[in-house]
Amino acid sequence: MTQPTDIQIASLLAADAQPPESIKRGVMIRTDLADQYTTLRGPIGGLYIGYTSLGVSSIVPTSDESEFLDVHSRTVGRPAYRSDELPSKLDRLLEKSLSSGKLGKLPVDLRQLSTFQRDVLRVTAEIPPGEVRPYGWVAREMGNDGAVRAVGSALGRNPVPIVIPCHRVVRSDGAVGNYAFGAPMKKALLKHEGMTPSLFEPGSLRYVGSDTTGIYCYPTCRHARRITPSHRVVFRSPQRAISDGYRPCKVCRPG
Amino acid sequence: MTVKDGLLNRRLAADLDRAFPEFVTEMQGLVFNGACRWLPGKQDAEDVTQEAFVKAYRALQGYPPERIVDLRLRPWLFTITVNLCRNHARTRSRRPAQVAIDGTDTPGPETTEQSAIDLVAVDEWRTRLGELTARQRDAIVLRHVVDLTYDEIGEVLDRPAGTVKSDVHRGLDRLRSMMISEETR
Repeated sequence: MTQPTDIQIASLLAADAQPPESIKRGVMIRTDLADQYTTLRGPIGGLYIGYTSLGVSSIVPTSDESEFLDVHSRTVGRPAYRSDELPSKLDRLLEKSLSSGKLGKLPVDLRQLSTFQRDVLRVTAEIPPGEVRPYGWVAREMGNDGAVRAVGSALGRNPVPIVIPCHRVVRSDGAVGNYAFGAPMKKALLKHEGMTPSLFEPGSLRYVGSDTTGIYCYPTCRHARRITPSHRVVFRSPQRAISDGYRPCKVCRPG
Repeated sequence: MTVKDGLLNRRLAADLDRAFPEFVTEMQGLVFNGACRWLPGKQDAEDVTQEAFVKAYRALQGYPPERIVDLRLRPWLFTITVNLCRNHARTRSRRPAQVAIDGTDTPGPETTEQSAIDLVAVDEWRTRLGELTARQRDAIVLRHVVDLTYDEIGEVLDRPAGTVKSDVHRGLDRLRSMMISEETR
């Protein structure tokens, strides 16, 4: 054999092994630059769940993987890799959240949202299951009465519906209003929580008071629903209730 | 190539989360190939490559943008990689990992025929490189596998570029004589 030259040795040494795809996938997941996702059964059909080490990052009520990936990339903006199952702690908290209808201790990853969008979701998360609030209520609770439209559009881009119950925010006239996954799904979720359809038709009563306590509420407030029919008073507006000597309920804060 | 011209520096400084995946795509081949020459198995090389990028990301998260713009990305990344390889080799020698009876690592399910051939060549070279001193081996891998300049290697190994250059030459001489003696045996 003739003596190999430096250049020949160098070219034999040069990089040639193809890095396995698992490297980049692992880096992306461990740095939370990519999400993982899996699927499970929700209150009304299949759910796809996206998550990172920080918490649940997206929920899409669908059984169609490509629809999930589409929505995930639009609302979250990060790549997502399929996984077999949720980490056990997250799985337990999500299960609890879905069955109770409350966010509870479930961690959510909402990094990509603005402070305003996060505030909208934080307030919305406080609406109890089986009750609804108008868009204006969310704006008022945030201390930003005029932001009703902005609240609507922030809710329309809620990346974690159902666990943050944007379906419980409705129009002030009682109509269910829009939903990212269609008004029928919004109605179905509300029915599943025990709401009767008459409570979310347009023109349904707006405020309900009790003539024994002198307090008025939103009609779905748990305190409004226990008023006996003989003591039940209906108001068109808070102004009317107040001028009749009623005060707003401290639980549902109807304004 | 964007690492060399500083464009990637500016993009990492402006939006780390958006630019970092591209940095991984561009550099993972070199880091993985370097690690394959330094470490005994493919799985070790894969683990260290992943760890190097995770460490790089966490470090970049803490740097102000001016620092990222001025950072010499390639030597910086390989300083991290070389340290991880050394630590990894040390822990491994203290606590040997489980290997199959015949002493080979089982190839992962995604190993294609082509990459299996590549890895045989990589294995041969790792054996030869194992005969060199650590200084010569580090310098040769950084020069001829990773393709850093002598200046950049000096920065990674914290030695003057001239010393690195002579380590590379002595190492290549040793490799040459090994190849010749393998041939005549």
